[in-house]
Amino acid sequence: MPFIPHTLRDVNSMLDSIGASSVEELFSEIPNSIERTQLMGIQRGVPEMEMTRRLAERAKKDEVGPCFMGAGCYDHHIPAAVWDLASRGEFLTPYTPYQAEASQGTLQLLYEFQTMMSSLTGMDVANASVYDGGSGLAEAILMAIRCNRKATSRRVLVCGGVNPLYVQAARTLVSSQGIELIQCPHEKGTHTIESLSGGDFAALVVQQPNFFGQLENVDAISDWTKSHNALLVAVVNPITLPVLSPPGEWGRQGADICCGDGQPLGIPMASGGPSFGFLCTNMPYVRQLPGRIVGRTKDRDGEIGYTLTLQAREQHIRRAKATSNICTNQGLLVTAATIYLSLVGLRGIQSVASACHANTTNLVNRLCRSDQIERTFSGEFFHEAAVDLHCDAQFVADKLLDRHGIVAGLPLGQVFSDLQSSLLVCATEKRTEQEIEHFSDALQECVADG
Amino acid sequence: MANETIFDISQPNRIAHAQCPESGSLADLPPNCVRKTPPLIPEVSEIQAIRHYTNLSQQNFAIDRNFYPLGSCTMKYNPRGAHRVASLPGFLNRHPLTAASASQGVLECLFDLQEILAVVTGTDAVSLAPMAGAQGELAGLLMIRAYHNEQGDTDRDEVIIPTAAHGTNPATATMCGYKVAEVQVGGDGDVDLEDLKRTVSSRTAAIMLTNPSTCAVFERQITEISDVVHDAGGLLYYDGANLNAILGKICPGNMGFDVLHLNLHKTFATPHGGGGPGAGPVAVNNRLARFLPIPVVGFVDNQFDWLGEQQLPQTIGRLSAFMGNTGILIRALAYALMLGREGMVRVAEHATLNANYLAKELERVGFTLAYPNRKATHEFLVTLTSEAKDLQVRAMDFAKRLLDFGIHAPTTYFPLLVPECLLIEPTETECKEQLDEFVDAMKHIREEAVNDPDTVRGAPHGLYRKRLDEVQAARELDLAWSPPDDES
Repeated sequence: MPFIPHTLRDVNSMLDSIGASSVEELFSEIPNSIERTQLMGIQRGVPEMEMTRRLAERAKKDEVGPCFMGAGCYDHHIPAAVWDLASRGEFLTPYTPYQAEASQGTLQLLYEFQTMMSSLTGMDVANASVYDGGSGLAEAILMAIRCNRKATSRRVLVCGGVNPLYVQAARTLVSSQGIELIQCPHEKGTHTIESLSGGDFAALVVQQPNFFGQLENVDAISDWTKSHNALLVAVVNPITLPVLSPPGEWGRQGADICCGDGQPLGIPMASGGPSFGFLCTNMPYVRQLPGRIVGRTKDRDGEIGYTLTLQAREQHIRRAKATSNICTNQGLLVTAATIYLSLVGLRGIQSVASACHANTTNLVNRLCRSDQIERTFSGEFFHEAAVDLHCDAQFVADKLLDRHGIVAGLPLGQVFSDLQSSLLVCATEKRTEQEIEHFSDALQECVADG
Repeated sequence: MANETIFDISQPNRIAHAQCPESGSLADLPPNCVRKTPPLIPEVSEIQAIRHYTNLSQQNFAIDRNFYPLGSCTMKYNPRGAHRVASLPGFLNRHPLTAASASQGVLECLFDLQEILAVVTGTDAVSLAPMAGAQGELAGLLMIRAYHNEQGDTDRDEVIIPTAAHGTNPATATMCGYKVAEVQVGGDGDVDLEDLKRTVSSRTAAIMLTNPSTCAVFERQITEISDVVHDAGGLLYYDGANLNAILGKICPGNMGFDVLHLNLHKTFATPHGGGGPGAGPVAVNNRLARFLPIPVVGFVDNQFDWLGEQQLPQTIGRLSAFMGNTGILIRALAYALMLGREGMVRVAEHATLNANYLAKELERVGFTLAYPNRKATHEFLVTLTSEAKDLQVRAMDFAKRLLDFGIHAPTTYFPLLVPECLLIEPTETECKEQLDEFVDAMKHIREEAVNDPDTVRGAPHGLYRKRLDEVQAARELDLAWSPPDDES
């Protein structure tokens, strides 16, 4: 009877107190016409030891060699203390901090997170998280439509360099609200303002660096968007922001809403989840920001304290008129990210960003020494790049995994039918010179076979 | 000291060298892309960071420290064993886009969990993709919309929701482009069947229900409700928030529900994490299976594999970039394996036993139950209207005073239709001594409310902070720290 503390004596004395002759009697209001569950096919319970043995066997099957895959999820080093702290029961096992006096630890941490996140993105304010980068983009789009009161259109332009998996998720999540997502095709990996279609639109979504790792001319795109009275939604990777110009400073006015996935900040890849989505904006739009927000205030004695605020935006108060239906968010991952940023610190996070870029540059340079491999797109990249193998990239990636246990990168044909021969690669700060060399040699060997 | 944020203890140029990889060159970046002013990221030593966050953690109530009878949230023990296995390197280091051939371990886990959840809910097919209950609701309503559209039934633009429902229900209906039609709840806590009959029409897409209901009683007319809505061509959506009450006893599929979500962070004991992550898998009967959100895990050609748009062309689509909150799904599977068939039945039995015992004992010491003639389910409602009227001590005061006894407050003022209420859910993992301690604390507070009401109204007294000024927080928005020089 795992985790149930009752002795037989407890059960009997509790039933006596209730005045019931059996536990079954407590279910007497369930009509007999409803068939009882048989739980057919579910096995008998096993102790922790046996459960661990079974699942450890499975986990073992999925252990592979070094990872050169990015595409929205990155293999960074996580300082040992991050999850030692985040796994403390006091962070792991509380509910949402609705009872502020009993939750000051989580609330102050969220306030510190909001501070770091808004500073990283160059925006005024961050919320306390949404589910992930994909659902974050959906919330950003819905928010942009609500914020742009002048717009008559419910069309949103989405640059072709925005993570296609985010766009797929956003399409599902905004599909019933009459919002049209218009994909603007990229030209050789980036967008010029000439390539962006005009017409009426309420917002434009651009990603920096984009899905291919290419650097977009975000200043020009921002100014062009504003000149059309539309809102700019920026999708960013937070690990790049200590180095790259923040969305709040793009062009003359900056982005209006910024979103992305926080996984690079101390969250294990863990099959892509749980991570967390972040959402930032400027003060004029704060009441349209969905999700939880923490504010600093005072207690009865005048001491500084923290509480959830602006709750009238949320579903538990506003019900059908709420900004979103989100309730549970990704609190624990935000806890880990806040601790990560504090442990690594300003200098550390700058080093991580530049080391990722240097390693990827090293990898790309090595690969391109081969006659058969070149970059898919010209122009500057950061931290991630597409390389053209001039053969079936899926075949090569499968081979690298089978022969060498290397997770080679994303064969771009999986998401873009015109890029069957390209591989999207990334070498984080974790990849050693030897790993990069080995990968580069192995890849060239497989390309030669392909 | 007490008020310090991590930014207050930060010093320019203090570097945590052990966490700094060797920097790389950025010379190839175009100047307009380079950041000009550094972001506000702390500059502290490792031990400063560790002390700061360890100290912060100690200001939290948590299941691992406190009894947490928060109604509707199922704050049961979160087994450490489940947390540990989800943290095994093979699971933790797996990139989400790694080929299925090198992901058989995790895929088998997800496949098994799908099967278990289908059995537990009495449904035909499951998708684990939704990342929380609210996203499960959204997926559910999108499937309902897809179903009606396929039938050519495009005029159905209303979702019926009881007045007492969780706020996520109406918020989700709006996000799906539906209008909300409310149905009244009667004096005994059951849906007003006559009002429902007046409300259903050819515009009804679905009804969203929780059973046991948000009034903490079993909805006895569920079969009649099912018939009324189905006869009108609508579907039944089950909000799985209260599944813990019936786990292993009866299942939503046998109550007439067509689609539902589970909250694995409630019923399957995954940790709440101070607000998440959760997981909200959706389960459906055969007529909705082809619309399930992707990815789903299948067993094809002797290996486990992802099923996507190709295999499920009518899917409502993807809900996240990858596969939802996989790490939470593994924890839920670990919990389900430890419980097994017999353990699941005992969850519902002991959750219900604890709630009925606690309700009876509180009634015995003078508290008023909102539905005294009904059996408690896994939770129950106490109403403090007489205390509020006679003693001017409100439900919120009782809740805050409980914190001084080291007990987390029950859910307050929900559902709205029961005035001055506390929704109390002890869960099955609490022992009798803990429940007795709660009764003693409540009895003590009630005596205080008579003899020394200011002590109750001013609570909490013994926590890290006194009652916080929420009005000031909303009026003078302070949502991010800035250096003291900038504050004037």
